[in-house]
Amino acid sequence: MADRILKSISTRGLKNAVRGSEYKKEALISYGILIAGYLVLQMGAMMGLIGRNLQGQFIPICVYISLAISLNLVVGISGELSLGHAGFMAVGAFTGAIVTRVLENGMTFAPARLLIALIISGAMAALAGFIIGLPILGLRGDYLAIVTLAFGEIIRNIMNVLYFGLDENGHLKFAFNHEIEGIENSGRILTGPIGATGVSKIATFTYAALLTAFTLFVVLNIKNSKQGRAIMAIRDNRIAGESIGLNVKKYKLMAFVVSASLAGMAGCMFGQNFSTLAPVKFNFNTSVLILVFVVLGGIGNIWGGMIAAALLTILPEALRQFSDYRMLAYSIVLIVVMIATYNPTIKSRVNALWTKVNPFKAKDKEGDKDRKRKKSGKEAA
Amino acid sequence: MKTKFTKFAAAAMAVVMAFALAACGGGSNGGGSSEGGDNVLKLGGVGPITGPAALYGQAVEKGAKLAVEEINAANPDGVQLSFDMQDDEHDAEKAINAYNKLVDDGMQVLVGTVTSTPCTAVATEADANRTFALTPSASAPDVTEGHDNVFQLCFSDPNQGVASAQYVLGNFADAKVGVIYNNSDNYSSGIFSKFKAEYKNAIEETTFTSDSATDFTAQLSTLKNAGVDLVFLPIYYTEASIILDQAKKMDYAPKFFGCDGMDGILDLEGFDTSLAEGLMLLTPYTPYSEDAKSKAFTEAYQAAYNETPIQFAADAYDCVYAIYEAFGKTGLETSASMEEICEALIGVFTGDFTVSGVTAESMKWNANGEVEKTPKVCEIQDGKYVEK
Repeated sequence: MADRILKSISTRGLKNAVRGSEYKKEALISYGILIAGYLVLQMGAMMGLIGRNLQGQFIPICVYISLAISLNLVVGISGELSLGHAGFMAVGAFTGAIVTRVLENGMTFAPARLLIALIISGAMAALAGFIIGLPILGLRGDYLAIVTLAFGEIIRNIMNVLYFGLDENGHLKFAFNHEIEGIENSGRILTGPIGATGVSKIATFTYAALLTAFTLFVVLNIKNSKQGRAIMAIRDNRIAGESIGLNVKKYKLMAFVVSASLAGMAGCMFGQNFSTLAPVKFNFNTSVLILVFVVLGGIGNIWGGMIAAALLTILPEALRQFSDYRMLAYSIVLIVVMIATYNPTIKSRVNALWTKVNPFKAKDKEGDKDRKRKKSGKEAA
Repeated sequence: MKTKFTKFAAAAMAVVMAFALAACGGGSNGGGSSEGGDNVLKLGGVGPITGPAALYGQAVEKGAKLAVEEINAANPDGVQLSFDMQDDEHDAEKAINAYNKLVDDGMQVLVGTVTSTPCTAVATEADANRTFALTPSASAPDVTEGHDNVFQLCFSDPNQGVASAQYVLGNFADAKVGVIYNNSDNYSSGIFSKFKAEYKNAIEETTFTSDSATDFTAQLSTLKNAGVDLVFLPIYYTEASIILDQAKKMDYAPKFFGCDGMDGILDLEGFDTSLAEGLMLLTPYTPYSEDAKSKAFTEAYQAAYNETPIQFAADAYDCVYAIYEAFGKTGLETSASMEEICEALIGVFTGDFTVSGVTAESMKWNANGEVEKTPKVCEIQDGKYVEK
């Protein structure tokens, strides 16, 4: 019963009740993009069509896609602006670096090490998300954004003073704000601002793509669950949600913690792709970059964020031929895309053009009606 | 339905275009023979051309290009060099992309990378992929550790810390020493930990992080109240310029002593150079040196780029000459693969190979890849570096 009421509160829930195929379509497109992208890139690499430069970006692309999907859970589905996503990524990356190094002696099977590291990284990031989310999720909108920004920076600054190492007996040693005594160079795991060095790099494109699929699975399923509908109902109308007895804080915290946990796993995979990992990588800029993926792909649009993440990761590399003007060209492309995607004039022109060549003309009327219905529904809300 | 299809079509188109672009830059000639000219050795460089550390990358690019042009002009019938510099924005992830791009384009020897953290990441890739790398300026010990193919032309951070401590002990034996260092920076904390270990006496320590590198009055007050009369600054010159300014404003005039990151302070835009009077620094190169090689380099650089070279440019210039001379000793043709050149150059560099350049006479390398050369200590007097 409550679930029914939820559906009627949330405009998206309403649409879903009317047309149940919406989630199926979203899932189909999202998984389709992932599988098609994976197959094309993997085959291209096998046949030698893709150079080292692009091949080297396969894992980062998967990681950024995972991050975009997980941030979409907070920004799109829960409707809260978070600017600290890189902080959770950092928790996962450094936890992963420590776990894989500790397991290195006893466990020779790399995928098992990676799996354990991913689970522990996810748990640690979830814990961080819980600790941070608990006091701040009462805040709304811009206030929450600023507090998450601050927490992201706090996490990074803590990483800056953490020292971990293995002594000659293989015991894990820990120190705060100074180097650990009696540790050989080869035993260092985390060295404050230098970060993790000597990571053995066990990430592969396949593992990274599997992680992305897992992230997608979790987020799409949450979106399509009772809890997800509760989260979206609160996003769309908090007061209505509270009035039917939804625990606002609980559902917001749930989205936040799951998102943090998935970001931690992505961070772990990211860390396992580089032999060295400095905390400075996980600064505010990275948080903003992930947010840009989400915004560019359309807030709440999972597969839009996936495409945006992949494109914006490749773009700076593809622009290398502009040499000195590369970053200028990147910024201009970003501005143009942002304007073009959300400009109603350009949108209607493209739509008009599409109508002319549309092979599915018969379906148009229905589509128009549907869109109008959606619009009026939004205005009413 | 319509909008969804439009969006999807647009996105699909964008993906296709991006791949087309990437393919233009890509290609997969895995580092084999050189194209175009017959006898060309392809050098690649990786460093920050944009971003906060851009000054270093740009100096390295200019210095290396100058050496390449000189070598090519001096011996048009012999081995010719080409040099391609790729931007890494001082970021390890981008540095690996840049390195991969260079390998795609058929690079044979790597000059770089310029900064330490990216260099550590690239060193692992270059090791696995067998590329010979000679870095002009990445001074962290992690850069060469465990990699037989990576060599440094600059002093490593520990060696700078040790040399500074020895100089201070030898020349300012009675001074009360204080320090301001950046504990969120690899370079700064790396030098300081070795300085501290070598110096052994008590040091008044103050720290800052990269995020708070705009106000140093608290640190300076601490040092002033403790009666410190020699302040060791193992930091970069942008931060040092603020420290010098703020020290002057609070009438605090101790002796300031820096390392090679201090180089460039006189050319900082908007910096009152009188503040740097009496500043001492450890640097392998000064543009005001009377040494014939240094003088020739400085003049050529000024003629080419209309600016005074910094130490990074000199390091890169020496790197190119070192690689060129070592390559001559390998007896290989320029058509040799990246892997063959790597093994041959490792042999030469770890043998009794020495090279004299702008930054030092008869530099040689140990098996760890660290350079062995004598450090120079300079003092700024009348807006110029004077060797001590």
